[in-house]
Amino acid sequence: MMRNLLVRGMLVGVVAGLLAWAFAWVFGEPEVRHAITFEEAHSAHDHNPAAMPGMDMGGHDHGDESEPVSRGVQSTVGLLTGVGVYGIAIGGLFALVFALAYGRLGPLGARATAGVLGLVGFVAVVLVPFLKYPAQPPAVGDPDTITERTVQYFGLIAVSIVAAVAAAVVARRLVPRLGTANAILASVGGYIVVMALIALALPSPETVPEGFDATVLWRFRIASLGVQAVIWSTFGLLFGVVAAKVVERPRDVALAA
Amino acid sequence: MATAAVPTPTSAPVPVAIPVREVLPWAAFMGFLALFLIYFVGAEQGAFAIFSGNGVHEFVHDGRHLLAFPCH
Repeated sequence: MMRNLLVRGMLVGVVAGLLAWAFAWVFGEPEVRHAITFEEAHSAHDHNPAAMPGMDMGGHDHGDESEPVSRGVQSTVGLLTGVGVYGIAIGGLFALVFALAYGRLGPLGARATAGVLGLVGFVAVVLVPFLKYPAQPPAVGDPDTITERTVQYFGLIAVSIVAAVAAAVVARRLVPRLGTANAILASVGGYIVVMALIALALPSPETVPEGFDATVLWRFRIASLGVQAVIWSTFGLLFGVVAAKVVERPRDVALAA
Repeated sequence: MATAAVPTPTSAPVPVAIPVREVLPWAAFMGFLALFLIYFVGAEQGAFAIFSGNGVHEFVHDGRHLLAFPCH
C-alpha cells in the first residue's frame, strides 16, 4: 500500500511539474529575462569598473558564451528539470504525510485529507517562509551572502513545518475541550503568533540593487508564488483522487462482503 | 423498498489510518530521496557544492529562481 501511494504521489508530482513549467514559462520567464538584462547592463557598468573591456570578472553572468548552459536551455529544459524534479520530490513527501494524516484527521476522506494537506503545505512550506524571504530574481541578492541566505531560508521552512505539525497535534488534543472549529481556530492562531515572532527575530539581508525595476521585482515574486500555488493545488486537488483508490479500497471490500 | 439494505452512494467509508510502523521504513527511504532531489534543485553549487563547477546550478537556474530558492 505504501509503495503504491508513493508512486502515485510522484506521478502527481510529474503532472504538477508540467503544469508549473507551463505557468513559469508564461508568467515567470519574461521577468527573468528583464532581470538578466538589468544584471548584464549593471555588471558591465558598475560591478567591475577596473575590469578591462571584454573581460568578465564577475563570478556569475548570464548569456555569456563561456557559460556551460545557454539561456535557451535554462529557460526551457533546465526550467522543466528544476520544477519537475521538485514536483516529484514534493510528491513523494506529500504521499508520506498523507499516509500519516489519513484516518487521523477526524472523518476526513482521502480527497478532503489531500485538500487540507495541499492548503496547509502551501502555507507552511511556501507562503510563510516566502513572506520573510521572498524569491529573488537574477541581479537581486548579494552573492557573498548566498550561504547565510540559503541556511536561513531552509531553516525557516524547517521551523515552519515543525510549528505546523505541532499546531495540528495541539488541535487534535483541543477538540474534546473546545470543539472542532474552536480547536482549529486556536491552533492556527498559535501558529501565526509563533511564526511572526520567529520572523521578527531573524535577520533580513535583502539587497535590491539601485535602479532595479520595482514592477519586475513584484511580477517575478508573484509569478514565483504562482508556480508554487500551481504545484500545491495540483497535489491538493489531484492526489486525493488517485489516493482514494488505494486507501479506501479495503473498506469498500469490507462493506461489499 | 428492495434497495433499503444497500448502502447509499453518499455514505462515505470511515477512513482507516495506516499504522505508523508500516509508514516508517518508507518514510526513511522517501525522505532521504526527496531531500536529496530538493538539495540538487535548490542549493547545489549555490551555498554548498558536491560537484565542482557550476553546471548543475546553471542548468536548474531558472527553476531555482522561480521556485523561490536563493540562487546567487
